Amino acid sequence: VLNRRCVEAAVMTGLALNCHINKKSLFDRKHYFYADMPAGYQITQQRVPIAVNGSLSYSLCIDNKMNQMVTKTVRIKQIQLEQDSGKSLHDDTRSQTLVDLNRAGVGLMELVMEPDMCCGEEAAAAVRELQLILQTLGSSQAVMAEGQLRVDANVSVHHPGEPYGVRTEVKNINSIRFLAKAVDYEIQRQIQEIGNGGTILNETRAFDSKLGCTVPMRDKEGKQDYRFMPEPNLPPLILYDAKSLPANMNHQQVINIDWIHERLPDLPSVIREKLVEQYGILPEHSFTLLNEDGLAEFFESVVKQTQMKPKKVIGWILNDLLSYLKQHSLTVKESPVTSFLLADLLNLLEKKEISSTAAKRVLAELWKGEGKTPLEAVKEHKLELLQDQKELEQICQAVIDGQENEVIMMVLR
Amino acid sequence: QKVSVEVLDHLEHLALVDFRDSEGVERLQKAIQFADQLHEVNTDGVEPMDSVLEDRWCLYLREDEVTEGNCTKELLENARETVEEYFVAPPG
Repeated sequence: VLNRRCVEAAVMTGLALNCHINKKSLFDRKHYFYADMPAGYQITQQRVPIAVNGSLSYSLCIDNKMNQMVTKTVRIKQIQLEQDSGKSLHDDTRSQTLVDLNRAGVGLMELVMEPDMCCGEEAAAAVRELQLILQTLGSSQAVMAEGQLRVDANVSVHHPGEPYGVRTEVKNINSIRFLAKAVDYEIQRQIQEIGNGGTILNETRAFDSKLGCTVPMRDKEGKQDYRFMPEPNLPPLILYDAKSLPANMNHQQVINIDWIHERLPDLPSVIREKLVEQYGILPEHSFTLLNEDGLAEFFESVVKQTQMKPKKVIGWILNDLLSYLKQHSLTVKESPVTSFLLADLLNLLEKKEISSTAAKRVLAELWKGEGKTPLEAVKEHKLELLQDQKELEQICQAVIDGQENEVIMMVLR
Repeated sequence: QKVSVEVLDHLEHLALVDFRDSEGVERLQKAIQFADQLHEVNTDGVEPMDSVLEDRWCLYLREDEVTEGNCTKELLENARETVEEYFVAPPG
């Protein structure tokens, strides 16, 4: 029995990726024997999938500097609904495979991309953007480490102007970082193999994250014949739009593509543009804001609570707060410095009650998470800027009467 | 048309079925001949049928609610060998 939420998620994802949604899609059986698939077949959509011909746009930094970003696109061939198999754990020492069937039968979306990417960095950036889109839509939490998003990379090489070479499929990639490594390794391996006069086999390889290389997978020999046949238990999936909506059908049984389209949330690319427009920050800044879970919300929260201009606030968020978080491997949610505290601190700076050097020192204090307010930290370490004219004159005079070097130090501060 | 040895080996491998004797092969041969009669029907311009109920059969969509489960013990009893709630299978 097909789960309605699966269909909605597939339609939302298809629409977000500019796909054509097939109003009639079909289910098929894909037959093969494996311990984690007790039925002996997997239900999938081989003939007519639910969505086709879309595109995914993503950004890349050139030259590793955050200053210049280019936009690239990868075409989406199709999105299909299918069943998950169980999970296999290979125990080579005891010559057995342990099978966990808890996830068997659960609905999956498989996204097939066209070979438009040329290196590990592009693949990683594309998948990262896909991850953000899926999370924004709510289609999936897309955490690769938990198997919520699984990526198999198909890699081939060819000389410019010549047809695409034989491709290998690389599996067992568990993070975006490893995806880039696996793709780049496989490209190099194939180039070397061809350079040595060898040929590339159309095989499945596994990525070994410890060794950073790909190895042939022992259990996939030759070409599989899956003997696809229409799934007898699932008739065609019919989707409707505003025009074709049937009048007298049970509401719960009807999926309206237009209704879903109207309710799509803003995609990451749109959110980034809005941040740039609303706050006057740079595209690279909004890219980083969306790349860290919760950081954009944190930034907006601080901006609301402070008089400091967003263009100045962003520096504190990206340079100071973010680097602290990274150093201590903390997520934004785990930050000991809340948006309220940071806004409070930035207000002191804006009102010129402290200098920016003092502000950085206060931030370091707040980072300890001892429950102090910025004002308390300032008073504790006597970081207030002197405002009293007479007092300042006295100090300056005393110094000038003393040594020249001290005057220079005072001015620089 | 005879069924070749290569096709037989391929089918045996895919379906894990044994065509032990020539009688089995004969039967397979006859079954294929019988099914081949389908080709005699002219299907030009006719859409393949998915179900005899055609448009009257809608794919039922269920709500995303958990309605069964918590039967680990019963399911594991099906297996000859288990290890810590995993089914045990041969390697590979």
